[in-house]
This record gives sequence, C-alpha cells and structure tokens, in this order.
Amino acid sequence: MSELAVEAHGLRKRFGRKLAVSDLSLSVKQGEVFGFLGPNGAGKTTSLKMLLGLLEPTAGRASLLGAPIGDRRARARVGFLPEHFRFQDWLTGRELLRFHGRLFGIPERILASRTETLLERVRLMDAADRKLREYSKGMLQRVGLAQALVNEPELVFLDEPTSGLDPLGRRLVRDVIHELRARGVTVFLNSHLLGEVEVTCDRVTFIKEGRTVHEMAMGAAPAATEVELRVGSLDADTLAGLARLGELVPSERGVADLPAGRAAATAGSLRMRVADEQSLPEIARWLVGRGVPLYEMRTARQSLEARFLEVMGDDQAPG
Amino acid sequence: MRRMLVLAHLTLHEALRRRVLLAALLGGVAFLILYAVGFHFVTRDLAHNPRTTLVEKRFAVTMLTLAGLYAVNLLSVMSAVLLPVDALSGEIASGSIQTLAAKPVRRAEIVLGKWLAYVVVVMAYLIGMAGGVLLIARVFGGFTPPNPAAGLPLMLIEVVLLVSVSIAGGTRLSTVTNGMAAFGLYGLAFIGNWVEQIGTFVDNPAARNVGTVAGLIMPAESLWQRAAWLMQPTIMRELHATPFSPASVPSPAVVWWALGYTAVAMLVAVRGFAKRGL
Repeated sequence: MSELAVEAHGLRKRFGRKLAVSDLSLSVKQGEVFGFLGPNGAGKTTSLKMLLGLLEPTAGRASLLGAPIGDRRARARVGFLPEHFRFQDWLTGRELLRFHGRLFGIPERILASRTETLLERVRLMDAADRKLREYSKGMLQRVGLAQALVNEPELVFLDEPTSGLDPLGRRLVRDVIHELRARGVTVFLNSHLLGEVEVTCDRVTFIKEGRTVHEMAMGAAPAATEVELRVGSLDADTLAGLARLGELVPSERGVADLPAGRAAATAGSLRMRVADEQSLPEIARWLVGRGVPLYEMRTARQSLEARFLEVMGDDQAPG
Repeated sequence: MRRMLVLAHLTLHEALRRRVLLAALLGGVAFLILYAVGFHFVTRDLAHNPRTTLVEKRFAVTMLTLAGLYAVNLLSVMSAVLLPVDALSGEIASGSIQTLAAKPVRRAEIVLGKWLAYVVVVMAYLIGMAGGVLLIARVFGGFTPPNPAAGLPLMLIEVVLLVSVSIAGGTRLSTVTNGMAAFGLYGLAFIGNWVEQIGTFVDNPAARNVGTVAGLIMPAESLWQRAAWLMQPTIMRELHATPFSPASVPSPAVVWWALGYTAVAMLVAVRGFAKRGL
C-alpha cells in the first residue's frame, strides 16, 4: 500500500473560460491531519471534488489511497462531509445513517450498532428519530459528519466542517478529528477558519488562485522564535547590545518604539527575533545585569493567521 | 446492483411522499369519480331511450371508454414527465448528489436506481387509473374494450419512454428547462399526429410525412394511437368515426421504435451523468 493517502500532480480544472484550479500538487501522508487553506474562491472545494471523483480534472493526475481518483474500491474506504451538508430532509437522522451505510454495503447488524455509536458520538441521540428538516444547521452538519464516518474510513474529507456550528459544535468536531488521528485515520480538512486549523492540523498547504503556494508543518518548532520585551529606560547602548543577541524587528504595533541608534530613556517595548529559545535567558540576564527594568518578556510564535496573510499577500480581496 | 436497489428504494419513498404525486393521485381520483358519475348517467339515458339502436349504444359506450382511457393517458403522460423531472437536476442543484456520488456507487447505478423507482410509480399510476376506467365501463356499461392486454402494454411503454426522456434530460438540463423540453417533445408528437390524421383524411402526403417524422422524433403519441386502435371494435376502426379510430394507424414497428428510443434515452442518461461534474 502506498504511504500517501492523497497525492496530486498538476491537477487543473477549467470551467469554460474560468480556470478554477490551475496547478494543484500535494501529498498527504497516511495518518496525518492535513489542512487545506486558502481564501474563498481559491479553488479549495473544486480541488476536493476532483479528488473525490465528483469533477473530472481538465489535466493532471491524482490518487487516493494508492488508487487513481474515481476508483470505486478506494472510495469505499473514504468518507466525505460536503460543505453545507444537505440531504433528503424527510429522512430521520437514524435513517440517513442507515441509508448511507447501505450504500457502502455494510451488513445490517453491524450497521445498526455503528449507527447508534455515531449518533451518540455526534450528540444526536435525542434527535435521532426527528426528521432532518427539523434539524438546526449545526445538527445537520453533525449528522453529516456521522455520515462521513459510517464506513469507518481510512481517509476523511471534511469541507468546512465547522461552518454553522456553535463553539460547542466546533469543539465536538475538533475532538472527533483528534480521535480519528489517534486511530490512524487520515483527515483532509478544508477550512478557512485558521484558528481551527491551527489546533487540529499536523500540516497545512496554502492554495491561492488555484495553485498550491506554500506548505508548512504545524507541530514542528518554528525556525526562529520571536520575543516581545517590555522594558524601562532603553537607550542606544542597550539597543545595540540587544541587536547583538538577536535581530530587532518591527513590532505588531508598528516599528519598535525606539528606533535603534536613537538614545532614549523612556520605557518601551520592542520585538526581536532570536535563533532559539536558549537565547531568552541570556537576554534576560544581560538586561538585568545592565540594570534595565524588565517588565515583560514573552515569546510570540507567528500565528497561522499572520503566516496566511503573509503568504496570500495584500492583493487578496476579502472573500 | 444492490446499491441500485438501495437508491431505487430511497427514490421510491421520496416519490411517494411528494406533493406532485399526491396532486396526480387526487386529480386521478377526482377524474374517476366524475367519470363514473358521467358514465352512469349516459348509460342510464341510453337504456331508457327506446329509439337508440344497439349499435348506437355500443358506439356511445366504446367512445366513452376510450375517452376515459385517453384522459388516463394524458394524466399518466404528465406524471411520467413531471415526477422524475427534477430527480437528478434537483439533487445536483441542492448538492445532495455529492454525498451520493462520493460513495462507492457507479454513476449509472444512481441514474438507473432513480429511473426504476419512477417507472414503478408511474406504471402503478397508469395501471390503477386505466383499471379504474375499465372497471367503471364494465360495471356501468357492461362493456370491456377488445384487446386490453394488447393496448395497455403500449400505454405502459409510452410512460416508461417519457420517464426515460425526463430522467435523461435531468442529467444535463435544469429542472425547468428539462420539463419544457420533455413537454415540448410530447407536444410535437401530439400535434404531428393530428397533422398526420388530417393529412391522411384529405390525402395530403406532405402533411402525412410531417406526422410520420414527428412520430419518429417522439413516438409517445403514436403508441397511444395504436393502443386506442387496438382497444376498439373492428367496426369503429373501419368507420374512422371517432378521434380514436385514426385514418392512419401507427404500424406495429412503432413499438420497437419506442423501445429502442427508451434504450437510447437511458444510454444518453447514463453517459451524460457519468461525465457530469457535480
């Protein structure tokens, strides 16, 4: 079996004159929680649909669980929660899960118990016999999630799974994803909620204008750490000394309050980038040794949001 | 195959829950009641009128029965087009098809499952309605048309053909466009058939050819014409005395043409849906 759960090379999709996805290449390892990020209209859902065989790519190739996309036997091992899950609204939650289980050819006895487990897991036991048309948006999303897991898939595609969910629902989805990871299930998470992705994903890929532009691991230690300092009486010598310990960078609130080289004795805050965490005690020791009051010192890892904005650039119109 | 049946089962349930079917059923029942009342009074009058001959009575009862079957034909045609008109296009528009098509299901199984369910529903509707008309004719008029076992299957083929065309259109067209297209085709056949009858009557070969071509483009109406021709006494066929005893009877080949047409429509449906982006 291939070690990659999803692999795509140069996938492209054109709708008439519009190029929805221009060049999608990515690989997702088995057992990984993979975040697929991009602004609205970047081609995330189109990419997902191509991988699931719902849309035929104009060019390029891809495989799921080692089989070319569209392969039915591979699809039997895949789960999918579409964006804004909707289904025949006259079915009850329980009937919906049973129906989808039957499409996978799951034997009735197994299906019956699995349905109950899943309903319990997505906290819909009380609503199991109510029709979907009486469900709230969040409940629909949760029953959709259960539907995506009814075949105990090895690979699950979740397209904006938390859209329409309240904080409790979002928490539930996050927990389910963690459980899936613990079971070795690969999760392909399509989202623009960066906070969600930050706490769930092992690795993310950014897509912009239908092209994969950046990939990063989430768990790994950042190459460099940034540290924010709030100190009293900064002067040119102190700044020059700090500059030897790390690189002074503009703070989030503008540039460093005190530009290097200008003498000042007022309190201020500044931000600097250091090679690793080992530099932090050294900076503290050095400042205290010089008699500079140190009020605050905290490391600031670059947030995914900051990274997202950096990768996407300022030319993106809000979607 | 099993997955197709699972899908057919779901679609069947869905079809049975739909208001459009309820409307068709209510309309059908209302029609049958009216029909029974009308039949009752007509036959009572005929029985009490000493001046009507046996032939005239026979003629009236046959005419009434055929008119009843014609109404059933029209209601069934409407159901055959309208019930499945959004079977695929509706699910494509709502997006619920994505959940289905991502399952380990062949696209063809989705199409055939839906087709099967609607064929069952529409055939049951036609059988129930036509059975009602025949029963009323039997009870009130003591009349059963000749060859119902030959005529009714043609009507069944007609509705299966239209279900197939409606399903096939739904793989490519939006719901409204599909409905318009299917009814447009049927209307073409309907008018074409009349042109053909009149053309035959006045011996105008051009008009006859127009009708023949229309019947080839959509053989539904020709099937009905042949069914009606089969289900009336020989004397009435010969006299061309009613709209149901046409001057130009569609040949038996129309059945084969319709069956081939249905097969091609389903092939187009399966092919079209297989390539369709969802």
